[in-house]
Amino acid sequence: MYRYDDFDHRFVDERVAQYRDQVRRRLAGQLTEDEFRPLRLMNGLYLQLHAYMLRIAIPYGMLNATKLRKLAHITRKYDRGYGHFTTRQNLQLHWIKLEDTPDILAELASVEMHAIQTSGNSFRNTTTDPFAGVAADEIEDPRPYAEIIRQWATLHPEFSFLPRKFKIAVSSSKEDRAAVKMHDLGLYLRRNEQGEVGFEVLVGGGLGRTPYLAQTIKPFVARRDLLSYLEAALRVYNRYGRRDNLYKSRIKILVHSLGVAKFTEEVEAEWLASDREAVALPDTYVSEIASAFTPPSYNRAPWDEAAVQRAIASDKAFARWMKNNVFPHKVPGHAVVTISLKEVGKTPGDCSAEQMDLVAELADELSFGEARVAYEQNLVLPHVRREALYGLWKRLDAAGLGSSNIGQVTDIICCPGLDYCGLATARSIPVAQRIARHMAEKEDLVGKFNIKISGCINACGHHHLGHIGLLGVDKNGEEVYQITLGGDAGNNAAIGTIIGPAVKSDDVTRAIDTLIGVYTNLRQGEETFPETYRRVGTAPFKEALYGPH
Amino acid sequence: MVLTEDGSLSEDSWRHLGDDEALPESDAVTVSFARWKKANGELHARNGKLGLRLPNDAPPEEVAPDLGRFDLIVLHFPKFTDGRAYSQARLLRARYGYKGELRASGNVLRDQLLFMRRCGFNSFVVDERAVREDWAKAFGEFDVFYQGAADSRPWVMRQRMKNAQ
Repeated sequence: MYRYDDFDHRFVDERVAQYRDQVRRRLAGQLTEDEFRPLRLMNGLYLQLHAYMLRIAIPYGMLNATKLRKLAHITRKYDRGYGHFTTRQNLQLHWIKLEDTPDILAELASVEMHAIQTSGNSFRNTTTDPFAGVAADEIEDPRPYAEIIRQWATLHPEFSFLPRKFKIAVSSSKEDRAAVKMHDLGLYLRRNEQGEVGFEVLVGGGLGRTPYLAQTIKPFVARRDLLSYLEAALRVYNRYGRRDNLYKSRIKILVHSLGVAKFTEEVEAEWLASDREAVALPDTYVSEIASAFTPPSYNRAPWDEAAVQRAIASDKAFARWMKNNVFPHKVPGHAVVTISLKEVGKTPGDCSAEQMDLVAELADELSFGEARVAYEQNLVLPHVRREALYGLWKRLDAAGLGSSNIGQVTDIICCPGLDYCGLATARSIPVAQRIARHMAEKEDLVGKFNIKISGCINACGHHHLGHIGLLGVDKNGEEVYQITLGGDAGNNAAIGTIIGPAVKSDDVTRAIDTLIGVYTNLRQGEETFPETYRRVGTAPFKEALYGPH
Repeated sequence: MVLTEDGSLSEDSWRHLGDDEALPESDAVTVSFARWKKANGELHARNGKLGLRLPNDAPPEEVAPDLGRFDLIVLHFPKFTDGRAYSQARLLRARYGYKGELRASGNVLRDQLLFMRRCGFNSFVVDERAVREDWAKAFGEFDVFYQGAADSRPWVMRQRMKNAQ
């Protein structure tokens, strides 16, 4: 895990001091709310329906036991004893007082954390694969690059007032587990024919009211040129992105109005004219940052796999957890464990202080102190010896963290919705809870499936990318839900299509059940939902849901 | 009033000519981008100091060949959240080598001063009623920077590489 050096420590301390002074000036009436808003937003502080919400950055989802314990402490001392992990691999606290925020940021700084740029029209948290460094299918660990980008993007003097927010994701594995194509700028780590490392650069992805998938603008940028190329792309966006309409100001709109070819040309010209050496990334520097991510000293002794198999054979619930929540580790004898924050009936992504403390304890005991946040709103213990898995699961299960539903129909991605958020037009949490309760017993029959729910058009719940997506909207004072089908994240990313008129809140569960029923009846072999949907089209789903026409 | 990095406030010594106003022979005047495009030769023939006001959608590359003739360039922030002039400033300084005074006008607030300074601005048109004693402090709130910019402040990657040698 990356450790702050003196520069980083000094920087976050300076940031806390600056913010403390901004809050002082606000409380003293020297700053208007209009002037203060962008300042607090650049420190992740939103004013929501009931209170302030603080969004804490978890750079590329990396946590350790110390950080988790601090987060637990903060939720206890300043909030209501729980937090909400988001699709941006961040943590949100929903019951915060403005006066407390400088102290909270100081507490975060003490464990090498911050809330810088978790909102506002600048770079947001750079995200990556939650299995980075442990997945067998990766070319190279993407985290050093995510860290280099994080630093470069932090209080960038030229790009702190972009037309709109800007999200970057990096993936370096065969399977894209970072949903790269839905980001403003995505990077796939590649090796060229000479074996040199570089990046395929994609631009213009994003959800919201105009969903687009990112398109490739450069098949290979050498890693030495990574930052100069990013600067060129951002400068083109900063200069030409629309600022007259909030809903047309993301880079995706610029890319689509210019056309991807013209946009690419602009970036290339800007890049060639720029002083590329000024921000060139020397190999030695990349190695230095990468040294923070060297693998832990694994116990490579033989392990008792027979015992693991006996536990699987004797305990059905554990067997199911092994099947759904445990991913192969590149080091024999180890496993990558996803801890589900989707206990049926609970709020997706919520985690109590006690649960955070437990995960910290387990990380210390079993995973070299490391834990991560996945964009699907779950936690990950990346390095667990296989013989420890059964004991681990029992302890998780006793704390409400033992759900074996990763990638299953009750592993629902869901935004906070109208229960918290000032932008929401409908509730999403209770809808997710009802669906999960209803679908839980059919889960094994359905198999891999994802449902994603957003409480407004801004699409924090990624509904466009759900096999089934739900978008809550307000229709004459009533919360109704628009259904999209066939979305997907990752390598086969696709934006779902709206199937018909929105359904009433009370009918959502039945509608989901009906649509999934059509899928399980029509699927052939191992077909996923998007595959079946593409093959059979919308007709059978429409007919089942709305009746024959 | 015009603020500079040392925290001093002074009266603006420039006259900012409207497009219909006659051109005085010797005063220090700024003209709009539109006027400069129309009357380039006439403007450069006079003796007085010349400044240019660039709207934030004007391409700096268009004025690049003539930068040596300007003593002042004024870039505009219609709202402080509109950050286009940051890119203009960096281009003028770093790419086109503009050496004269680079001034920020419009919605210029304390908490953007350091960003502006780093992008190459060295004077700031401010509302004197809003300015407080602590504004000059804004330039020194950080001494750790993660990017090279248009100023000469050291930045972290270079500092680390130097330390590693």
